[in-house]
Amino acid sequence: MILKFTDVDYTYHTLAGETEALKGLNFDILRGQFVSVIGPSGCGKTTILSLAAGILQPTGGEITRGGGDCGYMLQRDALFPWRTVEENIFLPLEIRGTKNAAEKSRALALAEKYGLKDFLKKRPGELSGGMRQRVALIRTLAAGAELLLLDEPFSALDYQTRLEVCDDVQAIIKNEKKTALLVTHDISEAIALSDKVIVLSARPARVVAEHDITFGDGTPKSRRNSGRFAAMFEKLRDELGI
Amino acid sequence: MKKQTTYSQGHVEFLKNVRRKKIIIWTARLGLLAVIIGAWELCAQFELIDPFVTSSPSRVVATIGELYATGNLFYHIGITLMETITGFFAAVITGYGVAVLLWMSDGARRVFEPYIVVLNALPKIALGPLIIIWMGTGYTAIIFMTVIVAIIVCIMNTLTGFLQVDGTMLMLMRALGANKRQTLCKLVIPSSLPQLMNTLKVAVGLAWIGSIMGEYIVSRAGLGYLIVYGGQVFRLDLVMTATIILCALAGAMYAAVALLEKLVTK
Repeated sequence: MILKFTDVDYTYHTLAGETEALKGLNFDILRGQFVSVIGPSGCGKTTILSLAAGILQPTGGEITRGGGDCGYMLQRDALFPWRTVEENIFLPLEIRGTKNAAEKSRALALAEKYGLKDFLKKRPGELSGGMRQRVALIRTLAAGAELLLLDEPFSALDYQTRLEVCDDVQAIIKNEKKTALLVTHDISEAIALSDKVIVLSARPARVVAEHDITFGDGTPKSRRNSGRFAAMFEKLRDELGI
Repeated sequence: MKKQTTYSQGHVEFLKNVRRKKIIIWTARLGLLAVIIGAWELCAQFELIDPFVTSSPSRVVATIGELYATGNLFYHIGITLMETITGFFAAVITGYGVAVLLWMSDGARRVFEPYIVVLNALPKIALGPLIIIWMGTGYTAIIFMTVIVAIIVCIMNTLTGFLQVDGTMLMLMRALGANKRQTLCKLVIPSSLPQLMNTLKVAVGLAWIGSIMGEYIVSRAGLGYLIVYGGQVFRLDLVMTATIILCALAGAMYAAVALLEKLVTK
């Protein structure tokens, strides 16, 4: 187990009043699992990631982490345009103060393994949207993260790129044996990528259902092509109440 | 991207057109200047306007020669330049420092905000008498005037640049566990570089306003002094000459900042 939420509550305070974002949320993620969280928009999906990363503290309940660092991958890649790809990948090392030769070569080896070798000296502006997301993923991995928190990382991409990057990111995460927690509003993306899908209710969010997804050979493409995809889609849709 | 070396006929035509347009624009710019100077000179020569009041290009040239011959030309230019450039750097550097401090502390920013707004709205020339009494009548007073004219805008512009940093990038830094200093050095300062360049451009103009205003209030030398003195003794040639030199210097300083911008934001 790498992450466990036990009866987690979270309440936002603003001048306009207080908002219960999460109420009695329970779920857990096993090491190496790819888990997606879907739910109606504004139900507090991003709050879950902030809690998992420790940026926010729960107002009630308990969050247990099984060790290993968290890495964030966001909707937009947040690559710094004034840095080269290589310097972007080194950013987490600089912030942790571990930018030594060993760590650098480990990060570079990762970049080369996933086809960024020819792009290392380029600026993000010279890369395609899909390539930029790959750099963002490698930056997260280079930081040595065990649990990757993905906040709709594909939603800013056009549809074709999106399918491509989806496959790409999932393959890299599986290959590196990392754990992932993805929040998304895209039902088909959740089915295609995940080992487990968690369905949330409207605010305050609680878990409506959990599904282990086992069909296909584990690649997003085989899932989308499977005859069971449509049935699963319908089921999740009903649970979301759409 | 590699630079292409052989082009199609259409592209050659396109490049030719762009070049031709550029030449036309520059010809028109210089032509306009020539027309203005020519018309001014002719009107003065044929006494359509009174050259005693309006001066004329030939009189301006003569005045420059005269100032040069008496060794005063570079003396006055030097003094004003020194005041302006010292004031400019003091305002930009201090302003940047203050903006960094205000960015670091949300509380401080909110405490100081109304003061900055009021100081920005205040016409700085109102402080003239105070400055003379506090700082005396030397260049310290004029440099101080330059600084207070430029600094508030430097602080406000720089801070705006700091606060406009992309939210996703800030989130990334937070998720990576960066502290305030790291966020400042690795994200906020580099990402607000274009804004800094804009601030420098605005500060050039304000520094000139500050130094000339300062010289109007209190001075014994400098281009502002020449203008005031020339006005008092009715030597409009001197006023025009000093004004034209000012134009050239301000333009050159702006061009230097524009060049710096080109170099750093490449």
